[in-house]
This record gives sequence, C-alpha cells and structure tokens, in this order.
Amino acid sequence: MPKVLFIEPSGARREVSAPVGVSLMEAARQNGVDGIVAQCGGACACATCHVYVSTAWLGKLKPRDEMEEGMLENAWHPRENSRLSCQIPLTADLEGLEVTVPEQQG
Amino acid sequence: MSTILIIGGGQAAAQAVDTLRREGFDGRLVLTGEEPHLPYQRPPLSKQFLAGELDADRLPFRHRPFYDGHRVELRLGKAAARILRDTRRVILEDGEEIAYDRLMLSTGARSRELTCPGAQLPGVHYLRGIADAAAIREALAPGARVVIVGGGYIGLETAATARKLGCAVTALEMADRVMNRVVASSVSEYFAHEHRTQGVKIVCNTRVIRLEGAASVERVVCADGSSYEADLLVVGVGAIPNTELAASAGLECENGIVIDEHCRTADPAIFAAGDCTNHPSLRFGMRVRLESVDNAFEQGKMAALNMLDQPAVHDRVPWFWSDQFDNKLLIVGLSQGFDQQVLRGDPGTRGFSVCYLKGGELIALEAVNHSKDYMAARKMIADRVKPDADKLANPQIPLKEAV
Repeated sequence: MPKVLFIEPSGARREVSAPVGVSLMEAARQNGVDGIVAQCGGACACATCHVYVSTAWLGKLKPRDEMEEGMLENAWHPRENSRLSCQIPLTADLEGLEVTVPEQQG
Repeated sequence: MSTILIIGGGQAAAQAVDTLRREGFDGRLVLTGEEPHLPYQRPPLSKQFLAGELDADRLPFRHRPFYDGHRVELRLGKAAARILRDTRRVILEDGEEIAYDRLMLSTGARSRELTCPGAQLPGVHYLRGIADAAAIREALAPGARVVIVGGGYIGLETAATARKLGCAVTALEMADRVMNRVVASSVSEYFAHEHRTQGVKIVCNTRVIRLEGAASVERVVCADGSSYEADLLVVGVGAIPNTELAASAGLECENGIVIDEHCRTADPAIFAAGDCTNHPSLRFGMRVRLESVDNAFEQGKMAALNMLDQPAVHDRVPWFWSDQFDNKLLIVGLSQGFDQQVLRGDPGTRGFSVCYLKGGELIALEAVNHSKDYMAARKMIADRVKPDADKLANPQIPLKEAV
C-alpha cells in the first residue's frame, strides 16, 4: 500500500495509504482528504478532484490525455503541474507522492 | 437540535452526511436505505462494474470506518414505512421508530417497467442497483443475444458494455433516434453510428408489444411484426421518482417531491434531495426533476446546510455525462426552450459540440469528446454569456473567446 501525501487547502499535511490500482482520488475520498470533491467519481467529467503535483513527481506520472487536458484548461486556477487525481492510478513506485489540493474545485 | 434522519442511502445521502458532520452537527445522525449497501456510486453499474473492470468494494463513496468515525447510525436494507409528521417520527418497515428534528428524503427513483405481455418472464432485467447489475453481468456471456429496450443513456451504455464483452446486441428504440429526449440529432446520429460500427444493431421507430418464452424470455415482438431472438433483455425506459412515502405523509408531490430552492418541503422539518425531487432551477426559471449525480450531490449538500439553519440556495447549472465505447458525452445546462442551435466542429473528427441559445444566451452545450468546450460552457452558462453565433460555429475559436 503506497503512502501518499496530500497538502490540504488549510495547509494541513495528510498522509494516506491506499492499495495499488485505486486512483489517487479514491485514496483521498476514502480518507476524507479535505478539498477533494470528486463529484463524478472518476469519470473525468467534473474537474473537482484537481491537485497540483509536486514538481519532483510530475515526470514520474503518465502524462495527461486530451480529455484531462481539456477539463483542466478551464478548471479553477490551472497550473503546469495540475492533474485530475482520478486519472492517476496508484502504483508501488508512487510511494511518497506529494500533491497540493487547491482552495477551490470545479 | 438533536436528531437528523435521512431516508434513502444514495449519492444525496452520502453528501448530506459528509456536509452535516463537516459543518459541526454533533447530534444523532441516522441513515436508512432500502438496499443492504453503504451509499455507492451508480454510474459505473452500466459501465466498469458491468464490464467486470471495477470491483464492488470500489463502488461505495466511503467505507465503513467513515460512517463509524462520523457516528452515523446505519439502518441498511430497511425501508421506511411511514412518516408521522405531527409527532416527527418515522416508522421503519421492521417496526423501529425514530424520532427526528429534521428529516431528509433522498429516496431516489426506480426503473419504469414494461407492462406488455411476457414482461414478468425471467431474463427481463432492469438496471438500477448493484444486485441488478450483478445479475446482468452474470448473464452477459460471450455470444449471448442481448436485446436492449430503450435507446437512452442506460440502454446505450449497457449495449456498449455488452458488446465489449462479446455479446450479440440489439437496441430497440421507440422514437426516430436514440437519446432523442436528451441530445441534438447530430449527437444521436454520431452515437448511433459509433454503436453500429462496433456491431450493435440499432433499430429505431419500433415499439415492443410482447415478450415470448417458455421458462424465460426467448423473443421480443414489436408492433410492426418484427421479432428478435433474445437470451436476455435489459430494459431502460426511464425512471419513476419514489414519492409514495412523502405523498402518504401529505407532502405535495408532482413528478417528484415538491421542494423550494432551499430543498425544503412545505413542512419546515422535512427536506428532500436528489432524483426524487421536483425543484426550481433558478438559472432556467422553471421547475425540473433531474436524474443526475450532480443534482443529488448539490442538493444533498444544500439540504444539509439548510437543515442546520445555514441558509443556502441551490442555484447551479446542471451537468450530465455518458460513456459509450471510447466516447464521452458531456452535457451542461438545460436546452428546453432554445431558439437557436449551433454545431461546433465536424462529427467526422470524433470531437464536436452542439450549442443551444435562447434569446442570444448560451443555455446548454453537448460536447462529444470535447472536454474543453464543456468546461468553458459551464462558466458561460452560469454567467449568462451571449456568445457570437458565427464565432461559436468556428471550432478554431476557443469557446470562451466566442463572444
């Protein structure tokens, strides 16, 4: 079970573990991480599980596809390191992944 | 305030529980649901769950420790029998009485059923809950002849999944095109073409009049005399809001439990949220009943806030989605009453949108594999933007710049 770190909008640091194969969004939701709304449940249809991935980790993730790209482009305050956490499946080598949850979603 | 009771354990309930505790509600919180499951996501039931790509333990919004940790008393697998409004009590079907200070009804909707001869035969399925989906999944063996009745979201998503699993799939639709109630004809045509390309037989303008079979369904007979051999049927012909409990308690119901923009019924102690509600859409100036994740989520949250006497208004632009094969349909807004429709892009490129205008304002948009237009439209519709129709029609111009 890889451990990942969420920095919540308040600045609080939340370390959570989740099984390999579930998405980063599911890991957040099951553990009640603040600010991850995830309304559509992982269908890439709502842009409410937006996170900023720490730059050190960005290159280790599979790049955004066109659908995710389009969702993020008009999401709340997108940045270069923006990702939808529902599109990041947890793998063993993501142990220690660090992401920041934006102040708003959608 | 001491007790909040929620009847109906779906998306709206899950959200209300979360909001109530997040906002500091410290009293007794009881959640009853007819199904024996923790509140779970329904959208995957016709897609990843049906395809066997997603296990049942990934369906719940939250696992058991969340409810225990938030002191939620669960009464799962138990329907409510009666609401006694004068004494603010609910009686469950097993006789348990629960006194409430605030009550939220999130009873959802149920599948509309076929009434033609043979409709009670085994092998006729509806898709609403986990048990339904599990039963269908079991029957979707490669080569099985699957007849889908109804070419709406549920029917077409199920058709796509069954086809991916190697079934021989026929979808029957009464109207002249699939998804006719919810999308533009160009979007219908696109999806019908995608299904046909993948080997789904789509038949429109056809009405089922009889099901035949000995021990289970074997054949579907239509009004025009055509018939289709079937090992199983999946029927997706709409849903009926579960309003009986509310109506029997004397609450006004008319295509849904009637609520105001605070999710409140005429009884100040009783609120309602989700598919079961008839509610005002402030943005569109009409009353609507919506069957969607978004609406259940937002109303669950708004009902929770208002139950805590934190005045909150449900004023959102609704959105919907559907996944069929590798296509994603994203819809935002309500197109009823539009006076102009503008196509953006070429369906042949597999990515395009249809814009709906009313009095110049963008009121809805259907995006096929085009999340960028969809996200831009969400803001523009909420902000009542009046785009330039010529610029809209030019897909080279980003939607948000088409003003």
